[in-house]
Amino acid sequence: MVMAKTDEKLIVKGKRKDGRKPEDLRPVKLELDVVKRADGSSQASFGNTVAVVAVYGPRKLYPRFLQESDTGILRCRYNMAPFSVDERKKPGPSRRSVEISKVTRLAFEPAVFLEDFPKVTIDVFVEIIAADGSTRVTGINAASVAMAAAGVPMRDLVSACSVGKVDGEYVVDLNGIEDNNSDADIAFAMMPNKDLITLLQMDGRLTKEELMKLLEMAGENCRKIYSMQREVIMKKYERVEAEDERGDVE
Amino acid sequence: MRSYALELIEKGKRIDERKFDEYRKIEVIPDYVKNAEGSAFVRFGNTKIIAGVKMELSVPFSDTPDEGTLMVSAEFTPLASPDFEAGPPREDATEFARIIDRGVRESEMIDLKKLCITPGEKGWGVCVDLHIINNDGNLVDCGALAAVVALLTAKMPKLKDDKIDRSGFEGPLPVSQKPVTVTVCKVGQNFLLDPNIQEEEVVDARLSVAVREDGRICAMQKQGPGGLTMKDIDTIIDMVMKKSEELRKFMAVGKTKAK
Repeated sequence: MVMAKTDEKLIVKGKRKDGRKPEDLRPVKLELDVVKRADGSSQASFGNTVAVVAVYGPRKLYPRFLQESDTGILRCRYNMAPFSVDERKKPGPSRRSVEISKVTRLAFEPAVFLEDFPKVTIDVFVEIIAADGSTRVTGINAASVAMAAAGVPMRDLVSACSVGKVDGEYVVDLNGIEDNNSDADIAFAMMPNKDLITLLQMDGRLTKEELMKLLEMAGENCRKIYSMQREVIMKKYERVEAEDERGDVE
Repeated sequence: MRSYALELIEKGKRIDERKFDEYRKIEVIPDYVKNAEGSAFVRFGNTKIIAGVKMELSVPFSDTPDEGTLMVSAEFTPLASPDFEAGPPREDATEFARIIDRGVRESEMIDLKKLCITPGEKGWGVCVDLHIINNDGNLVDCGALAAVVALLTAKMPKLKDDKIDRSGFEGPLPVSQKPVTVTVCKVGQNFLLDPNIQEEEVVDARLSVAVREDGRICAMQKQGPGGLTMKDIDTIIDMVMKKSEELRKFMAVGKTKAK
């Protein structure tokens, strides 16, 4: 995959390099229970970007001095596999991954009923298996359904997407090459039923009008992603119910 | 226990009697550290930060072979707050440094192409280090101002036989834009600027926004445990635009030296 800076036009006659229209998401795949040892897990792909997420907890937090007596805590780790990018990424945390881990946690904090779980932790591990742009939002989308599958009580799902300005046009769900050549890009997450934005990172150059337009677009697409997330969770529980009726034991 | 700062904010007041959109007393001392290529001491009330610029030779990044490099780093040294611990930068320090890094980088303040020496092999590396001296809240706005002023005062060292020669300097860094970062905090239904440490503890969500001189937004980051609505963001951006002009005045010092 070539993702470096290029002078090439990325949108020709209203079509992007991968054939999409500016307002199109890439093909989305959401799958649950890919890590059986975890309390909840999922795999999400947006085009070539793939994230696997495992959720452990709510579980007792050790060592004990980390426990909070009046609330539970949420811990998130965003990590990229060394082979997920063009040039091998050295294993271990980078400045970038430390920051993304933090903003991922903050994207979920307003959604989770942490105050109901004193002394407890919910651990969310996001592994990027293949990176082709928009990895943090793909991780958040996967984490959202994995948490729901783990039975973590939440006020709402969290849905995320990227938007940006490429070749002067507003686009949704940037891939790697668009990300590296954009005039501006925004990582965005929200609780769609509460209309609450929980992740907002922007870089590039935008006027206020352009920004507000892009945020609108981000909101619309988060709602689309939300319905896909909801569907995959509903399917899981239909399956569980059917298995219960038959008396299947996994 | 309910916070006194929060009780006051709900009554429309602040612990130090400022208005919601009022900054504390700001002091800027450019060229504060003589050994640095550029530096600044900036103070917002009792929040104090020193920014220092050092130039070094670096290898350009593989995706931008014709550009020098820029990196903003930060240390939350334990002297600055009972909450800071010694050791490598942790989550908060990393996020802080990267917010300021993006504000400078994305504003296109520094023409990195002019800092390339041999494409793909050698370029100038601009290192901005932020040292927190006392944390009394609103590190981002204070640190961003310190970083920009330090860059405006920075001089290019000479290059002699492929080595840096600091016996003489060759003029300022290739600087064009002057980005200003303003952070707006949401507490309940109130929006306020420049919180001190007691106020910062009760902030639900805050948005840091970097703006260029042409009014374009160049970087943003939502922080804090709460969320924001679309209407909140609209309100915040208007506040930022109004206030950024005021903060930009503190950068005038560097201007005369830079150009």
